[in-house]
Amino acid sequence: MAAVVSSGVERDPAVPGRGDTPPAVEVRGVTKSFGELIAVNDISFEVAQGEIFAFLGPNGAGKSTTISILCTLARPTSGSATVGGYDVVTEARHVRRHIGLVFQEQTLDDQLTAEENLRFHAVLYGVPSSQVDGRISRVMELVALSDRRRDLVSTYSGGMARRLEIARGMLHTPRVLFLDEPTVGLDPQTRALIWEDIHRLRHEEGVTIFLTTHYMDEAENAARIAIIDHGEIIALDTPDALKGSVGSDTITLETADDDGALTALRVAGYRVRRAENGLTVYVEDEEAAVGPLVATAGVPVHTVRVHRPTLDDVFLHYTGREIRDQHGEGGVPMFARAHGAHRR
Amino acid sequence: MTVAASPARAGMVTTPVRQSSGAVAELRVVGMVWERELIRYVRTRTRILSGLIQPVLFLFVLGYGMSGLVGTVGGFNFHEFVYPGVVAMSVVMTAMFSALSIVWDREFGFLREMLIAPVQRSTLVLGKMFGGATVAAMQGTIMLVLAPLVGIELTALLVVQMICLELLMAVAMTTFGVFVASRISKMESFQVVMQMLLLPMLFLSGALFPLNGLPPWLAFITRLNPLTYAIAPFRQVIFEAQHMSAVAKRHFSTTVTWFGWPLPTWLELLIVLCFAAIFFVLAVRGLSKTE
Repeated sequence: MAAVVSSGVERDPAVPGRGDTPPAVEVRGVTKSFGELIAVNDISFEVAQGEIFAFLGPNGAGKSTTISILCTLARPTSGSATVGGYDVVTEARHVRRHIGLVFQEQTLDDQLTAEENLRFHAVLYGVPSSQVDGRISRVMELVALSDRRRDLVSTYSGGMARRLEIARGMLHTPRVLFLDEPTVGLDPQTRALIWEDIHRLRHEEGVTIFLTTHYMDEAENAARIAIIDHGEIIALDTPDALKGSVGSDTITLETADDDGALTALRVAGYRVRRAENGLTVYVEDEEAAVGPLVATAGVPVHTVRVHRPTLDDVFLHYTGREIRDQHGEGGVPMFARAHGAHRR
Repeated sequence: MTVAASPARAGMVTTPVRQSSGAVAELRVVGMVWERELIRYVRTRTRILSGLIQPVLFLFVLGYGMSGLVGTVGGFNFHEFVYPGVVAMSVVMTAMFSALSIVWDREFGFLREMLIAPVQRSTLVLGKMFGGATVAAMQGTIMLVLAPLVGIELTALLVVQMICLELLMAVAMTTFGVFVASRISKMESFQVVMQMLLLPMLFLSGALFPLNGLPPWLAFITRLNPLTYAIAPFRQVIFEAQHMSAVAKRHFSTTVTWFGWPLPTWLELLIVLCFAAIFFVLAVRGLSKTE
């Protein structure tokens, strides 16, 4: 299925750099196969500058392979891609200078302090000596770890280490920060902290953020989401538009007199259907609709249940499966293995 | 050289860093990799200690034990003979350990941080090489403290000579170690490598016994060992600073021979350098294949 590539930028007023600026990431017909296995199949999309863009899909869907290609760690079998205006194959070195990378696995030296890790990174990426200290202070501030600057990384918790890695990824002022499953394996509180960090980075440093996740609730943070399954992008839009595409909000009412309420609501122009025990009303926006609805019903209302489509519904709608139970699928372990071999 | 002008970057609130590249930037990376090696060495005191214990065991237990068997020849003891070999051993082991820490870096992910950076692989190997050489020479210098205990006299010149030779030895061993480490993907293999490679290399290098008078097949193997050519000059400079009788000199020979031809010192050093250069190229290649 060909992906619908929407520009998306206009829909998110929070995205800076909209308009005529070139995309931060541009992918055209990229395919990556490992022998017989097609990990990524002819995908195309663009990410605008300053956007938070999420790749959502189950393990083995091709998310990490796509990130590897964009970060020049893997070559596409066919197709082309640019990051920060540079071609990922022919200008790999330039791409590497202008991206920040946070992998799923930790890549810190825990025998060094946070500051030493950052200093090492600064030198690797050619940050001028005069700017190193300033940038270290700045990124440590961005992830709220300034007071732990001189501590050995071995004393850091998993969440702190991840935040330090995000800080390190930002040290050389990359144009695009790639986060591969940034909160996997972390507790909800830490995940929330990391998301605060990510929003702060985007806001204060203006960096474009490209992340992969298989958490639905996490993808909601993105301006746009690409749903990827079996190596193909099956939907790409803003979270709201994606949810809108699978149906509208519904409100279920249980009243003292369902027949009376049904008539009253129909007269008022609502789309109403009789449900098992009560009435189901289709509305544009459940939050705004509840008050007027109860008033219009004109009879005592016992219960109100609202349902807004979630990304789970979206995923189910497009793939016919829940994102959570992906295990036991023929292709999945093979993807994982092919990918694992590549990463080692 | 600076990076080419960037495309439009509206929305970037922070002024982007102008990253430097080219020879100076690569040199900075060499310095940084070197510094990290030193920090890690100084921070793991257990490593310094364990690096001392084994050679000390060899020196005192093997040295004095064998002295009884070998006896004193021309006023010279076996433990005096074995001292240079034991110092060399601690240098070699420290260098090798430093290089093989790449296996750890791989396991804990830090290797990835280095390999994805926009720097040359040779720069990383060079940094690792200098780092390994420095810590190994430091370890070797600590071993100098033991010299008076076994009756070896130290002069200022000798100390300088020893440090230079330790550095050369360590450079060769670090590049060799990086090459080996680039081929090891599992931590479990590390112990195997240490036992299957390092110990035989040390035993077949002349560090612990004189190379003359060996059976031909064993003599042949020792001549293939790069360490043989690093340890012989090391022992030569130490022995030259001692007041040895002619009998002792003949008995505890320091020269390496090829089919009866004694190799000059400069050739031995050249051989070590050549090995170092070959291992360097192999190490860079090994790391390039990794990612």
